[in-house]
Amino acid sequence: MNKSNDEYKKYVERHAVPSPIVSNCVKAFLVGGTICCMGQVLFLLYKNVLEMSEINARALVSATLIFGAILLTGFDVFDDIAKFGGAGTLVPITGFANAVVAPALDTKAEGWILGVGAKLFTISGPVILYGTLASAVYGTVYYIVMLIMR
Amino acid sequence: MDIFLGCLKAFIVGGIFCVISQVLIDKTKFTPARILVGYVVMGVILTAIGIYEPIVKFAGAGATVPLTGFGYTLAKGVEKAVDEIGILGVLSGGITATATGITAAIVFGFIAALVFPSHPKK
Repeated sequence: MNKSNDEYKKYVERHAVPSPIVSNCVKAFLVGGTICCMGQVLFLLYKNVLEMSEINARALVSATLIFGAILLTGFDVFDDIAKFGGAGTLVPITGFANAVVAPALDTKAEGWILGVGAKLFTISGPVILYGTLASAVYGTVYYIVMLIMR
Repeated sequence: MDIFLGCLKAFIVGGIFCVISQVLIDKTKFTPARILVGYVVMGVILTAIGIYEPIVKFAGAGATVPLTGFGYTLAKGVEKAVDEIGILGVLSGGITATATGITAAIVFGFIAALVFPSHPKK
């Protein structure tokens, strides 16, 4: 049976199990939406009941969700939720928190400096690096624009 | 009623951010690490060109809880610092504004590593 690459690709695509992308997206939407909704409730609570400023309330919401995600990771529950929610648990700040603690927990055997100490930043390192870099580039542009406009 | 409407908006907008990422993961070779980095940088860019602030105004936590919101906080922090102290703010603004989140993740993460045992791979 001779088939060109193109034909073969079509053949494979026809017979492959349909990717569960639609159901993945629905799950991601529901789980991600729920986490953001919880964030909104906490935000209103901190702002209205504890009478915090918007910026401080927002920061405390992040800290609370990070704490929750790390606790769930510690009790080995986070992965089960993530398996269901996919990007729904990854994209909110909970995914960042999980990415900080999960590799650190798994490398305790390698010691506290190059195990936990280094692996804590396996994923958060790149996030902080490129985020800070982008903010410094924007800050420079913003500074120059403000100089010209004044 | 305000709470309900705010939650609904946060739910829908936050959910959409997650769906975009789910499509990227399923349809391209994007790893979770690339998604996280991409979302933060995207958040800085969208804030810089003025698109993200209206989304935050509309959706609240639906825009600040996804990692693009981390980028939004970085960009807003650098703006504020440059306004207040000039060129030095370029270096101090971003991390200052995001310090709570970063420190929370590091401190809670370390305590978790102290307290909890390593998990066997599932």
